[in-house]
Amino acid sequence: MNGVHDMGGMHGLGPIAPDPHEPLFHERWEASALALTLAAGAWGRWTLDKSRHARELIPGPDYLRMTYYEKWITALEGLMVDGGLVTAEEIASGSPAPGSVMADPPLKAEGVAPAMARGGPTDRPVATAPKFAVGDAVRTRNINPTGHTRLPRYARGRAGVITHAHGAHVFPDANAHGLGEQPQPLYQVRIEAAELWGPDADRRSAVYLDLWEDYLERA
Amino acid sequence: MAHDHHDHDHDHDHDHDHDHGQDPPSDMTLRVKALQSLLVEKGLVDPAALDAIIDTYEHKVGPRNGARVVARAWSDPAYLGRLRTDATAAIAEIGYGGRQGEHMVAVENTPDVHNLVVCTLCSCYPWSVLGLPPVWYKSSPYRSRAVIDPRGVMAEFGLKVADDVEVRVWDSTAEIRYLVIPERPAGTEGWSEELLAELVSRDSMIGVALARSPEAAA
Repeated sequence: MNGVHDMGGMHGLGPIAPDPHEPLFHERWEASALALTLAAGAWGRWTLDKSRHARELIPGPDYLRMTYYEKWITALEGLMVDGGLVTAEEIASGSPAPGSVMADPPLKAEGVAPAMARGGPTDRPVATAPKFAVGDAVRTRNINPTGHTRLPRYARGRAGVITHAHGAHVFPDANAHGLGEQPQPLYQVRIEAAELWGPDADRRSAVYLDLWEDYLERA
Repeated sequence: MAHDHHDHDHDHDHDHDHDHGQDPPSDMTLRVKALQSLLVEKGLVDPAALDAIIDTYEHKVGPRNGARVVARAWSDPAYLGRLRTDATAAIAEIGYGGRQGEHMVAVENTPDVHNLVVCTLCSCYPWSVLGLPPVWYKSSPYRSRAVIDPRGVMAEFGLKVADDVEVRVWDSTAEIRYLVIPERPAGTEGWSEELLAELVSRDSMIGVALARSPEAAA
């Protein structure tokens, strides 16, 4: 979707203003937001791709205003309702619906270290051979899907070169929408700055993106 | 949100005598506390697991991990070779991996090439070696401009990259996570890996800084 989250190449969003003394969490609720999101994810009711898409679906003006963990909590509430773990009424009231049965959490304290160490690898074996090889000239497709995609707007319809083949990975455009993993080859693609930004761009600069086969055509 | 429907007495708010350091809890504090108690009450999350997750990122996973990887890459050419071939496996040798570091690629700075990492679409970041990302990395200004004006962005961090040095920006659009290997500072010949790691800042492994010189670290 062409949302405000897809902001690569925009101007005017302000100075970067790094804080050299930034704490890991500014307030304790941020730590809780992180922990709740990871612990609730252990129910397996949504994928990483779906959770990214849930954050993208936050209306643009709110997305730009919210802090990172505020987006996480907003998305988490929606994911938990969609996933059937809580109801909107329970979130509004803060109390379990009358008669609800106490569940058994899938992630216990002793399971945290193994779960973090396992992570969620996205490489998958596929039977079909990759269409492209390192050194191939490609062009990114000009697509504008209304759903989730990982082909940023600034890099659509651009010529580049395959610099590495990563094997096949879960395809977010499908997986975010409950359509299964549909793994396909993933490539590292180099696009020159001048191709992205025009003749006035920095001549000695390039952007590398990791792009799925469906995003690419032979140049 | 629970607080949306409360009758608000604004006069009361303004009359309240604020004692600095004892501000009333923020809206987000109340909202997250309410959500957490709901989820705990329903048995959906284990409070001890929440503590263990927070402890992981407060005390176990952070940029010291990445600094050890860089220091070994500087010290051991065979290790650097393995890092180039399969960074995920090489980083796992030192004991790091898992969540948001499942598929790693190391990109090396040289006298001719400088690397900078961003995620324009969200905030993808190599948690396993750098911990949780700083606010600026997740911010709209960085995410929007790193790809179109990397030299200008780096200048905002006080890093001037010479015009004849190629800048490579890595936009983390998939589950591949990038770790910048900064150049080894001059004057560190014979240093131990432990000492070298002290020179490797988080920002140098994102690409908005160089590794510290021995003088700067002294």
